[in-house]
Amino acid sequence: MASAPLATRVPTVPARRDRTGLAIGAMVALFAIGPWIGVYPVFLMKALCFALFACAFNLLIGFGGLLSFGHAMFFGTASYVCAYAAKTWGLSPELAILAGTGAAAVLGAIAGALAIRRQGIYFAMITLALAQMAYFFYLQAPFTHGEDGIQGVPRGRLLGLVDLDAPLAMYYFVLVVFTAGFLLIFRVVRSPFGQALKAIRENEPRAISLGYDADRYKLLAFILSATLAGLAGATKAIVFQLASLTDVHWSMSGEVVLMTLLGGMGTLFGPVVGALVIVSLENYLSVFSQWVTVITGVIFVACVLAFRRGIVGELAAWWERARR
Amino acid sequence: MTDIFGIPIQAFAGQLLIGLINGAFYALLSLGLAVIFGLLNIINFTHGAQYMLGAFCAWFLLEKAGIGYWWALLVAPVVIGALGMLIERTMLARLYRLDHLYGLLLTFGLALIFQGIFTNFFGSSGQPYRLPDEFAGAFNLGFMFLPKYRAWVIVASALVCLGTWFVIERTKLGAYLRAATENPALVQAFGVNVPRMITLTYGFGVALAALAGVMAAPIYQVNPQMGANLIIVVFAVVVVGGMGSILGAIVTGFSLGVVEGLTKVFYPEASNTVIFVVMVLVLLVKPAGLFGRER
Repeated sequence: MASAPLATRVPTVPARRDRTGLAIGAMVALFAIGPWIGVYPVFLMKALCFALFACAFNLLIGFGGLLSFGHAMFFGTASYVCAYAAKTWGLSPELAILAGTGAAAVLGAIAGALAIRRQGIYFAMITLALAQMAYFFYLQAPFTHGEDGIQGVPRGRLLGLVDLDAPLAMYYFVLVVFTAGFLLIFRVVRSPFGQALKAIRENEPRAISLGYDADRYKLLAFILSATLAGLAGATKAIVFQLASLTDVHWSMSGEVVLMTLLGGMGTLFGPVVGALVIVSLENYLSVFSQWVTVITGVIFVACVLAFRRGIVGELAAWWERARR
Repeated sequence: MTDIFGIPIQAFAGQLLIGLINGAFYALLSLGLAVIFGLLNIINFTHGAQYMLGAFCAWFLLEKAGIGYWWALLVAPVVIGALGMLIERTMLARLYRLDHLYGLLLTFGLALIFQGIFTNFFGSSGQPYRLPDEFAGAFNLGFMFLPKYRAWVIVASALVCLGTWFVIERTKLGAYLRAATENPALVQAFGVNVPRMITLTYGFGVALAALAGVMAAPIYQVNPQMGANLIIVVFAVVVVGGMGSILGAIVTGFSLGVVEGLTKVFYPEASNTVIFVVMVLVLLVKPAGLFGRER
């Protein structure tokens, strides 16, 4: 029984009227008018890149139950490859981003095949160790210029037509990339594949006994997550015209975990909210920059001890209670 | 004969020694992680920070109170271990009914807090810790000089490791501990206070990390970031060894230190990553780890 009969019978859409599509539309509309109501586009672009990164991470932890502590390797690899392709090979931005995303996908296939051999806590430690290996590689490889990073990456002309040096053109391009990634994740989560993934998360032996090849599902989810994290990293390299060791450091892996945890693991909008909160926090707390690490730690502890469902999860639970 | 595979024997032995020293710290830290994991099912991400706290505790004792190395060896593990027990009682104890990943996330947050606070006060540069006078000088082994302090670190950590192994595998207390690892509810039914045992076990694991920190203080500088990168390597050591066996953690720690040291002789570029490469190979061949059981 290699086919997936169960997933087709389970209703993939909740019984009551589903307003998720409406909510996604509202979110994109809000982002679209953001620069016109006085929000700084650079801030929004940073938030969008990290939101996509966090959504990609959430696909793995929230729907697959796999905690990766090494997602910076995909973000950073894509960032480096994209920056190198755009600067040294002179590729156009869309091709450079594709190159970066592709590199992250290949790395995701290799790292995923290794990491899914163990579960739970070991999975987290293995991904962390693999990411540290990637970090040392980029630290020593000459093309990354070590501590300096690849600077002055040209933004170029999108498809040879649109000059991305114009801030608003760049902004809307990032918004399109983010929306595409978000919709893809939305589609995947609601698909039979996503349902099977949840089944494996809830009870792996049972899913296997029902005929699902659990390892194949987990690996596919891992590659998809790595690819989308790469898309975020590559886009970030074009936006900030920089790829550096920060992108691939373990603290970046921790940051994306934090965004997802704070926003709400396993919720669709949680990672976006979490990324917005953390990016604004870093922006407005830049005066106290040396305390950011401590504050980050405190948020981690508070989330785990007091509100594990995250902002969106707690709001949803509160809404459910209020309806009754 | 002064060459081994074309490498001068002094360089070879020197790197072997550094490898053994690093291996001693890997062994002590992965042992503490394994002890904690056995009973609490939590991977203690704060372990690296607690190692750093141990080193700073020794530094404070010497600089502010004039209390020397030997007392620090005792005081720092007790103080940091007590701090660990406080953390276990107030925070970790609330998470035992939940997915184990929450323990990882909580201890990661705590590590950031400790490292952040110390980085604020001490920057990222290191504070030197003066070597005790007894350890000045070196033994002449004929082919190389072995600094006395380094010899002490290797011997002392090997003894601590073996002592821990003995207590856990060969004493009645250890038998309770192993039984509680297998089935806490049943052991509690026999009248053993399991929650207290969990607290003490966590405190002991943390004390091992602090002890490693004190021993590391005279060799490396006392630095707020000293545990951050080390803990990731120790995670790889733990994956290689598997956490099923105490002896396995010790053997894996020492031997991976040596492997790393020898890599520095033959192919220095890979010395940072060789332990991770070993981890990948072990995952391909024996996913449960060299000494591990699937659970």
